[in-house]
Amino acid sequence: MKQFLPVFKKELFGYFRSPVGYVILIAFHLLTLGLAFYANFYESRQANLSVLFRFLPWILLVFISATGMRLWSEEKRSGSIELLFTLPISVASAVLAKYLAALAFVAIALLLTFSLAFTTAYLGNPDWGVMLSGYLGSLLLSAAFLGISSLCSSATKNQVIAFVASIAACFAITIGGAQGLIDYIDDFAPTALIDFLTNLSFLINYQTLTIGLIELGAVSLFAFFTIAALAINIVILKK
Amino acid sequence: MIVVDKLVKDYGSLRAVAGVSFKVEKGDILGFLGPNGAGKSTTMKIITGYLAPTDGTASVDGYDVNEDPIEVKRRIGYLPESSASYPEMTVLEFLSYVAEARGFNGAEEINKRLADVIVKCHLQSVQNRAIETLSKGYRQRVGLAQAILHDPPVLILDEPTDGLDPNQKNEVRKLIKNMAEDKAIILSTHILEEVEAICNRVIVIDQGIVLVDETPEEFKARKPGAKIDEIFRDLTNKEVLA
Repeated sequence: MKQFLPVFKKELFGYFRSPVGYVILIAFHLLTLGLAFYANFYESRQANLSVLFRFLPWILLVFISATGMRLWSEEKRSGSIELLFTLPISVASAVLAKYLAALAFVAIALLLTFSLAFTTAYLGNPDWGVMLSGYLGSLLLSAAFLGISSLCSSATKNQVIAFVASIAACFAITIGGAQGLIDYIDDFAPTALIDFLTNLSFLINYQTLTIGLIELGAVSLFAFFTIAALAINIVILKK
Repeated sequence: MIVVDKLVKDYGSLRAVAGVSFKVEKGDILGFLGPNGAGKSTTMKIITGYLAPTDGTASVDGYDVNEDPIEVKRRIGYLPESSASYPEMTVLEFLSYVAEARGFNGAEEINKRLADVIVKCHLQSVQNRAIETLSKGYRQRVGLAQAILHDPPVLILDEPTDGLDPNQKNEVRKLIKNMAEDKAIILSTHILEEVEAICNRVIVIDQGIVLVDETPEEFKARKPGAKIDEIFRDLTNKEVLA
């Protein structure tokens, strides 16, 4: 674990060594703010961030897949993975270092949307507890998305495949609890299946956190997916 | 220093390395010859701990590659075939990263290491340039610099002079030869004169099997008067040989 820090540092700074990191951050920021205003952030006259958190999972899904796709596939394609794994670094600490650097990058993106929180606080009298719980939810959701994305990236040399696979996987696990889907299958699917889908859905569990309920079930669901994805990631790379 | 014992590596149904054994002692420069796809790079990658062997063992300084990969990696400097690195980093950034990852800490110690390899590999003029903007020759030297940075007792160099011009080739050979005294070095190459110039042992490998393990002099004596290229051609065109 001693060699964790050099890799973490290199990866995190790596996002800002080329324009890519800035472009992704700006695109993310414009998109979240744009959608918040489109959803009548001001006109709704509510002192909360529900307009932000309503769209955030769908934006994060794409944004995180774009951030995570290069994590391992790029190393594999360029051959630098050989360099990395002939340094005295264990696979587990390399996976963790790269993952946490990417998560730190995502956290920076989320921090930028604090502008909305401050605006809300300036204009009204919001419940900071609820807003922060929403951010905790966003970070946990991001962590799980990124784990899946990193896993997809470790399975292929091709960044585009990693990107598409990551979006598909994240989408599948998120949509499970979406109201439209539940309404649709409600007529014929057994209740057990619907319960299963909603309990497992990232969306439902995320929504619990955004309304200020920090439930153990929701937190542990995201933690479970993150840890499981990273564990499989390590196994794939060890092969 | 390096002991390779009956190494086997399968890629699916393809057997890339089929029972390779040899030893390399301190002071040796072993020239690894063979046609493309003979199993040279695979063997080297197993010794570095990057690939796991299907069967057989490799050890460095008494540490088994499978059991103590980290200890083995500490003792090896490795130049991959592609001289891969991180294109958007500058030479200095890249080398400091490798130094830190190799466990050096403190600015003074790292700077001393960097200064040393930058001079040895003649990288002064490009140290602040991004690696992606460098010519192949410079990239190769950056790869060499990262391999020797921690002054390892074992060096594994996959085609170290590939892509260099004749002067640079000469320079790199001199550099390798000067380091040989207290190191065990394996280098793979296609350039047979290189073996003659710096190696004190030759291993010819083809289709995953060691065909020849002897000194360059013995190797040349196989067909007196013939060029070393001819002997190589004779050896590797046949299916099996002594």
